[in-house]
Amino acid sequence: MIRPLSVLIALNALSFGFAGPTGDEILKKVDQNMFSERRIAVARMIIHGRRETRTVESKSWQRGTNEAYTEFLAPAREKGTKMLKLKDMLWDYSPSTDRIIMISGHLLRQSVMGSDLSYEDMMEDPHLPNVYSATVVSRDTVGGRECWILDLKAKRQDIAYDHRRIWVDKERAVVLRQNLYAEGGKLLKTIDVREVMRVQNAWQAKSVLYKDVLTEGEGTEFLVDSLALDAPIPDYLFSKAALRR
Amino acid sequence: MIPFLFKGLLRDRSRSLFPFLTVFAGVVLTVFLHAWLNGVLSSLLESTAHYSTGHIRVMTKAYAKEADQNPNDLGLLGIDTLMTELRRLYPDLLWTPRIKFGGLLDIPDEKGETRAQAPVSGMAVDLLSPDSPEWRILNIENAIVQGRVPRNRGEILAGVDLAARLGIQPGDTATFISSTMYGSMSVMNFVIAGTVRFGIAAMDKATVIADLADIQQALDMQGGAGEILGFFADDLYHEDRANAVTAVFNACHRNDPGDSPRDTGAFSPVMGTPRTQSGLSDYLDYVDVFSGVIMGVFVVAMSIVLWNAGLTGSLRRYGEFGVRLAIGEEKEHVYVSLQAESLMIGFAGAVAGTATGLAAAAYTQAHGFDIGSVLKESTMMLPNIIRARISPFSYVIGFLPGLLATFLGTTISGIGIYRRQTSELFKELET
Repeated sequence: MIRPLSVLIALNALSFGFAGPTGDEILKKVDQNMFSERRIAVARMIIHGRRETRTVESKSWQRGTNEAYTEFLAPAREKGTKMLKLKDMLWDYSPSTDRIIMISGHLLRQSVMGSDLSYEDMMEDPHLPNVYSATVVSRDTVGGRECWILDLKAKRQDIAYDHRRIWVDKERAVVLRQNLYAEGGKLLKTIDVREVMRVQNAWQAKSVLYKDVLTEGEGTEFLVDSLALDAPIPDYLFSKAALRR
Repeated sequence: MIPFLFKGLLRDRSRSLFPFLTVFAGVVLTVFLHAWLNGVLSSLLESTAHYSTGHIRVMTKAYAKEADQNPNDLGLLGIDTLMTELRRLYPDLLWTPRIKFGGLLDIPDEKGETRAQAPVSGMAVDLLSPDSPEWRILNIENAIVQGRVPRNRGEILAGVDLAARLGIQPGDTATFISSTMYGSMSVMNFVIAGTVRFGIAAMDKATVIADLADIQQALDMQGGAGEILGFFADDLYHEDRANAVTAVFNACHRNDPGDSPRDTGAFSPVMGTPRTQSGLSDYLDYVDVFSGVIMGVFVVAMSIVLWNAGLTGSLRRYGEFGVRLAIGEEKEHVYVSLQAESLMIGFAGAVAGTATGLAAAAYTQAHGFDIGSVLKESTMMLPNIIRARISPFSYVIGFLPGLLATFLGTTISGIGIYRRQTSELFKELET
């Protein structure tokens, strides 16, 4: 009984080891598809809270891994609020107070506009291979698409999520589902890509449901209304002075 | 017989002075200790009611479950209707909405950059209405150390220790950073109108008081509040009345659908008393039992001391009883006269002890003891000045043990009179 099972396990391991790509290779492929040196996106967050549903609109500019600038467009209460990320620093500008507040420490764990995303999520390095090492766990189907299931383990300790399990579309190299875990193994967040779109030969997420499993509510839908990759972005945006413009 | 015995006690101080002093000291201590414990407990309840729970508190059911975390996202909305209902149904109570909140107070320098920052816990109350009961409940005007009370929107008061830590003065601008009830970051500028000393260490070092409308705006809670507090007009907690009001209100709102179609009932109002909603129930029961045990042990110990004094006194007078029996006095008469003497001593000691104990308690009730240095790191709602509080029970707590203990001691030790043999008297007297 033991011998045939051992052989089966060994064959299975061999099939993953030699017949398919390694976890790091898949992750690199995902990174090549999804990452763009410059991106400008207009998006809506539909936040399904416990009491009501709110929609927050924003426009964001991203350059490389270290620079990002976001301006909130709606609702009226949030209009004109801006966020700037430069390397590992994050600032928030509130037009009603004309103050630029650096977000650090425990504030980073706070939710962005009441959504299921935290400021920490926004500070993440978008290059997953930079911070995680990956191993292939198995295969699955998500929304009719064949996927690799990868386990990602953080290479450093200062990462918000110690490990992740991701489902990668085999053909399009886009992540369709993610489960994010704390160091102790507790599930913290789930991310489900509901719709993808093709932008300049790259497959990108168009509709994503983020769910912080530690909070009540039905999650946050993140809908990308427009996305421009590798479009020119003026330098002045990535400075604190731009927050008050 | 009574005047005769009384004269005897006055003339022979060795028979009366020591028992009197023993009764006196025991009763003074019992009365004072009772009033002191009563004062500590009352201070704790009063502070908790004024700053936290009220005498009655209305919240949503969802908020009530996590009330210790001040979950404003689960707070009451549309409070005007509820306030009208409460004022109409219970006009004998003062109703006032509050929001308790937490966040960061960020102090900018001249360039607008952060100069100092500290976590704060805040209380939003109605500061600007002329008929607001909060001025009296929170005793705000008397608590001002620097500056003045807020008169305009956008002005706040800061705890005196918090202000010292952040280096802020009246007139300075402070930015309050928190989360709205929907979870967005909230940033709002305030002007420090004044600094206040609440006399509660936990509040002086971390609390700000703001106007309700400002915090409703900052936390995106327009028309909302975390809780509505009710206070009895005499500012004393009447548990029976509070329980009756609570029972009727909750019965009326049992099937209330609340304000959200998603969580039917979770956002309907629920009323509670400090015992049921503040988490103080177990603590108060513990304090009740503990103070009862302390008082019980003290009264029993004092009774034993006084009893012993009665025994010692009776034994010391063994020879006297022999002589009195030898000259023909009845044993029963000696025994009864001894009991009468003990009652007189007990009565005198208990009256003097109760009067002195009450006088000491009254002084401490008026002036109090400053225990602020002990409470520096405390998070309890206990005022720095602790005062004794005299209750009707204070008048009898020491009197009865003082009166009865010497009587019982004498009654038991006096039984020896019936075993006294006069035939041995002369032999005893010779030795």
